[in-house]
Amino acid sequence: MINLIYLTVLFPFLGFLFNGLVGPKLKNEKLIGIVGSGAIGLSFIVVVGAFFQTLALPVDQRLTIVTLFQWIDVAGLNISFAYQVDQLSLVMSLIVTGVGFLIHVYSIGYMHGDKSFWRFFAYLNLFIFAMMNLILADNFLLLFLGWEGVGLCSYLLIGFWYDRKFEKSTTSAAGLKAFVVNRIGDFGFLLGMFLIYSTFGTLIFTDVFARAVSFSVPTHIFVLIAIFLFIGATGKSAQIPLLVWLPDAMAGPTPVSALIHAATMVTAGVYMVARCSIIYASAPAAMMVVAVIGVFTAFFAATIGLVQNDIKKVLAYSTVSQLGYMFLALGAGAFSAGIFHVMTHAFFKALLFLGAGSIIHSMHDQQDIRHYGGLKKYMPLTYGTFLVAAVAISGIPPLSGFFSKDEILWYSFTNLGTIFWLVGVITAVMTAFYMFRLYFMTFEGKEKFDHNKVHPHESPKLMTVPLIVLAVLSVIGGFIGIPELFSGEHGNLFHTWLAPVFKTAEIKLMQVGSHSHFEEILLMTISIIAVVSAILFARNVYLKKTEIADKTASKFKKIYNLLLNKYFLDEVYDATIINPIVKGSDKILWETADNKIIDGLINGIAKLIDQISGTIKKLQTGIAQSYAFVMVLGILIALFWIILSYS
Amino acid sequence: MQIPIEYYLVLSALMFSVGIVGVLTRRNAIIVFMCVELMLNSANLTLITYSSYLGDVAGQLFVFFVMAVAAAEAAVGLAIIIAIFRNKLTVNIDEINILKW
Repeated sequence: MINLIYLTVLFPFLGFLFNGLVGPKLKNEKLIGIVGSGAIGLSFIVVVGAFFQTLALPVDQRLTIVTLFQWIDVAGLNISFAYQVDQLSLVMSLIVTGVGFLIHVYSIGYMHGDKSFWRFFAYLNLFIFAMMNLILADNFLLLFLGWEGVGLCSYLLIGFWYDRKFEKSTTSAAGLKAFVVNRIGDFGFLLGMFLIYSTFGTLIFTDVFARAVSFSVPTHIFVLIAIFLFIGATGKSAQIPLLVWLPDAMAGPTPVSALIHAATMVTAGVYMVARCSIIYASAPAAMMVVAVIGVFTAFFAATIGLVQNDIKKVLAYSTVSQLGYMFLALGAGAFSAGIFHVMTHAFFKALLFLGAGSIIHSMHDQQDIRHYGGLKKYMPLTYGTFLVAAVAISGIPPLSGFFSKDEILWYSFTNLGTIFWLVGVITAVMTAFYMFRLYFMTFEGKEKFDHNKVHPHESPKLMTVPLIVLAVLSVIGGFIGIPELFSGEHGNLFHTWLAPVFKTAEIKLMQVGSHSHFEEILLMTISIIAVVSAILFARNVYLKKTEIADKTASKFKKIYNLLLNKYFLDEVYDATIINPIVKGSDKILWETADNKIIDGLINGIAKLIDQISGTIKKLQTGIAQSYAFVMVLGILIALFWIILSYS
Repeated sequence: MQIPIEYYLVLSALMFSVGIVGVLTRRNAIIVFMCVELMLNSANLTLITYSSYLGDVAGQLFVFFVMAVAAAEAAVGLAIIIAIFRNKLTVNIDEINILKW
């Protein structure tokens, strides 16, 4: 199955071609849905096969390169369409195809009756195709191809309902924003790629990483490469300062938010940094930048999430915050902990989004949680699965979120310092608070919707079954990464599996885990107690004494408004970057440089030539005799000259 | 008594000069045209002169060609002049000056 890995890329592409070309004429949702999700299902089966085959191999032979064909071969640059099957890419492929398949199935129910049903599935399949290229690529250029491909699909799917309004503008404007912000990040990625090529002379992962160890490259080069690549990651994974696009990306249909903007695409940055672990390990300063950006993003996004009223907005900021956790882990040198959190986060965040989709579906596109309440009895399955996901993301043992989050906190404590740990725990507390605020306002308490207009009901099976599967995964997903503390001699299975990929980086970092188990248990207990009290507090505020929330909000009106408007980040960008560029382009570049200087220059030259020729043309009188006269004169002069030169 | 070659050449040069002056100064297109023919024939005379002088028959043969072509050219030229006259009711070369900017 390893050698057939290209099928995982091919199936979604075929699905895309089928749905995109034949779909519009089909008018048959069933067939489109089956082809769309079946393609991903087949991909998943191939990945599972490759996984078990790799598992059977000895540990030091678990890296296979499957070359399809020569792509570029010019002037020493030699790039193949080749897929690298190793522990890391397999984990990511399993997540993307597995969660992707569930979301595809869910979408059949969610998008039922949409006028562009076929288009939705065509885009989704194209997305999986691009994402698989990104993950399986064996070189930076192919990764970049997938990287751009997922960006394109993200743009297309955010603006999927291009005729709908979104906040103050349109969904297509939101898509455009995502696209443009991502381009800024991609520019950094490209620079990093160029620098890698000029330093190491190749773009193939295995060669680059081998040469990163064997070549003696100065540290500042490593730092530059790492920072450039990280700029790309901040764009794709919505970290400070490029996080502004993700909340707006919620304009897309909810399954898109679940698949692209929570579970898979936004984790591409984490995957890429983890893939380049050796480069980051060689650049301690860049590691620190990653950690600081990660922890800041986690913290600030969580504070914004506290006060949002749109169910998808809360989840969006939660995603940004959790991505910050992942980068914190990478910055702490705990690469496999970061990937572990990618996996558990994919489960519970996809579940949360799909649950939110189920709610929105039954509440007739109402997304404001202040108009929900008491939905528990109307949609029991959505309620149960949503609760599981909320508990998982809050980090209550033994659900998956606990293990991954706690591992990250532990590594940030040992490798980075207490302050990182502390901010991480505060973020975890806020996460628990806003998730349960969401939960209580949605499912418990008084019903705050109009019974005459809205009739909440449970969603169809096509939507609830994926919810249940994801809920099961959210519960048990953490057990493959139980810390050594509890699992004893088996150790952490997930780490053992990924260890060969990060071995060189970890040797380079030389982490000394001299901290005792006692400390680990102590920190764990502190974070659990803090999180549980946050949940109880949320219950108190939003279920029992609902007036507290409003009072607090009016008391700290300034802070509340600051958070509600996401620190006015969009406005700040508008004022400091976008408007100066727009105004500058308008006044200086267009009206002055283009209209006056460039146009003036060209028109001036034309005018000058016109004037000169206007004078000269008068020589041409049209009287044949005067021409003849000039000719004769010329002949005479020539004759005299010849005669004189002979004598 | 043989007439010296200079006589012929001087005659030819004079004919040519008369032709040039006519072409440059006369206004009637037909006269200009005739002056052109005069220049042509002065050149023919030179050719024949040298042909006889050098004892080479090629020059005289060439003159026949020139005369044949000149006849054709005269027919075309006269036709053009007639066409112009029909359009502008004049053959005054000063007034025929439309071939300009």
